[in-house]
Amino acid sequence: MFADYYNYWVAIILMMLGFYIVISDANLIKKIIGLSIFQTSVFILFISMSKVEGGTAPILAEGITTYSNPLPHVLILTAIVVSVATTALGLAIIARIYREYGTVDENIIHDQDEEDEDNNEATG
Amino acid sequence: MLTQHLAVLQVVVPLISAPLCALLPLAGSENKLGNKLAWLFATLVSLTTFIIALLIAKEVSDHGVISYQLGGWAPPWGIEYRIDHLSAYILLIVSAIACITMLAAQKSVEKEIAHEKISLFYSAFLLCLTGLLGVVVTGDAFNIFVFLEISSLSSYVLIALGNDRKALTASYQYLIMGTIGATFILIGIGLLYMLTGTLNIVDLQQRIPELLSSRTLHAAFAFFTVGISLKLALLPLHLWLPNAYAYAPSMITVFLSATATKVSLYILFRFFFGLFSNEITFEEFHLDKILIPLSILAILIASSVAVFQNNIKRMFAYSSVAQIGYMTLGIGLATKSGSIAGMLHLFNHAIIKGGLFLAMACIVFRTGSVQLSNFAGLGKRMPWTMAAILLLGLGLIGVPFTAGFISKWYLLIAALEQNNWLAATVIVGGSLLAVMYIWKIIEHAYFKIPISSASEGQVISEAPFTMLIPLWILVAANFYFGVNTSFSYGFANTAINTLFQ
Repeated sequence: MFADYYNYWVAIILMMLGFYIVISDANLIKKIIGLSIFQTSVFILFISMSKVEGGTAPILAEGITTYSNPLPHVLILTAIVVSVATTALGLAIIARIYREYGTVDENIIHDQDEEDEDNNEATG
Repeated sequence: MLTQHLAVLQVVVPLISAPLCALLPLAGSENKLGNKLAWLFATLVSLTTFIIALLIAKEVSDHGVISYQLGGWAPPWGIEYRIDHLSAYILLIVSAIACITMLAAQKSVEKEIAHEKISLFYSAFLLCLTGLLGVVVTGDAFNIFVFLEISSLSSYVLIALGNDRKALTASYQYLIMGTIGATFILIGIGLLYMLTGTLNIVDLQQRIPELLSSRTLHAAFAFFTVGISLKLALLPLHLWLPNAYAYAPSMITVFLSATATKVSLYILFRFFFGLFSNEITFEEFHLDKILIPLSILAILIASSVAVFQNNIKRMFAYSSVAQIGYMTLGIGLATKSGSIAGMLHLFNHAIIKGGLFLAMACIVFRTGSVQLSNFAGLGKRMPWTMAAILLLGLGLIGVPFTAGFISKWYLLIAALEQNNWLAATVIVGGSLLAVMYIWKIIEHAYFKIPISSASEGQVISEAPFTMLIPLWILVAANFYFGVNTSFSYGFANTAINTLFQ
């Protein structure tokens, strides 16, 4: 069971790890790390399904007739670009959050926002 | 010559314009001139996309589906851009709203965005527009994911540009939830590719029926459902939306509220009726069993929460979550008439909510805040803006002769056809809740005497014409489509009928 589908198990375990970090951790940077792990697991899922047993790299050469499927690689190349952009943007936003709030802890940010709201209601 | 390339031009024009727009301030001798140029350029590009969308709509209604092969590679091997009635309909909505937003944007953006960032702001806007149009144009499942992420990433940037520091956390939250949603969609696409070896939606549609017993297909469907629901902010997955809309720059709220969730809804239509057919979606996977309860909850809970909001942008954001509930309720009814009603509500809501947020932009421009207490006396000081809010509010409630009435009426009929009395009651009840929160604004604006503004010594005047005219175009559209439904209903009707075949 495990041995037959071990690539799927790896993908699922990574996926759940990443997802758990995103949900449970209050540190904004760690959330982004979790998100990256989560996305990477999907990449592994795609890449592992492109493997054809006995196939080589999809390069035209003499004497070789079985190739692995190159399309998922190309798709994932695009998805990696998207993921890198997301991570970069996420970190940039965190940097600005840190400048404004002085912390990257979600709970403290939440408390500060609540305080702001109370002040707003008191003054206006 | 150009007409045969319309499908690709719809995406390429804003895509190429985006980096050009970022370069414009270098051309202007002075920073302010550069910013004006950037605005003018973005407006022209939006107008161009609108004209292209009009031409496409005409082409589609005259000659049927447009199929464009990118690079001359025939589908299913190459990427196909495929525009049917449904796509043309959404293209029109998105590009028209982009136009209206841009026409009104200049003054509001100059006030809300730091000067050195204005041209970048417009180029991010154009990228967002590219992504949204691309999702609708393409007939390739993976392409949908890529364009969806182009639009999402640029909208995170745009939301983070809001003045309040809460805009940053709102944008961050949207980034996390949006990425999870997109990744879920990606998993769904991956599983489908694993099963069929194709990414072309038409090709997938033909291959799926024989795979019904496969569990992988069920998993793919589940991933799609959750991913799309996250993107379109269906209750309980709506948490990113209220803050994102409340703290984004005013003009971005106008644009996103009227387009982003609508395009996600388009993906739902495309995947559940196009990719999986409606029989499979409802008879095999019973999507209605989950969609109807969630929609009903969305209408009731989000409308009730909206009543208690004191930040009016946040109030309308919650109202958006409720209105999305109406649309998904129409889809969940699993009939043609239900889906047509949902599609029609998508169209009408884009006009109404775009207009309401545009009025919010006017108020922010003059008073600097959208707190309810700030509205006292605005009925006298900003009569045109407040009249627009009143009239659009009537549309949101669904008073006869407004666009909102038409779609709620069709929705009601569709619910009664199914003898779904609960849904029918909720549709009417949701309108009553809308009356409550709209009344709250009207009461403050017209019947409360302002206390603070006199002491501050500032006189609040009417918003500038450049913002009022686009606002009143939307008000007029609200009434036009409330009386003459030949376009809005007719086009939605053909769109859904072709989709259900």
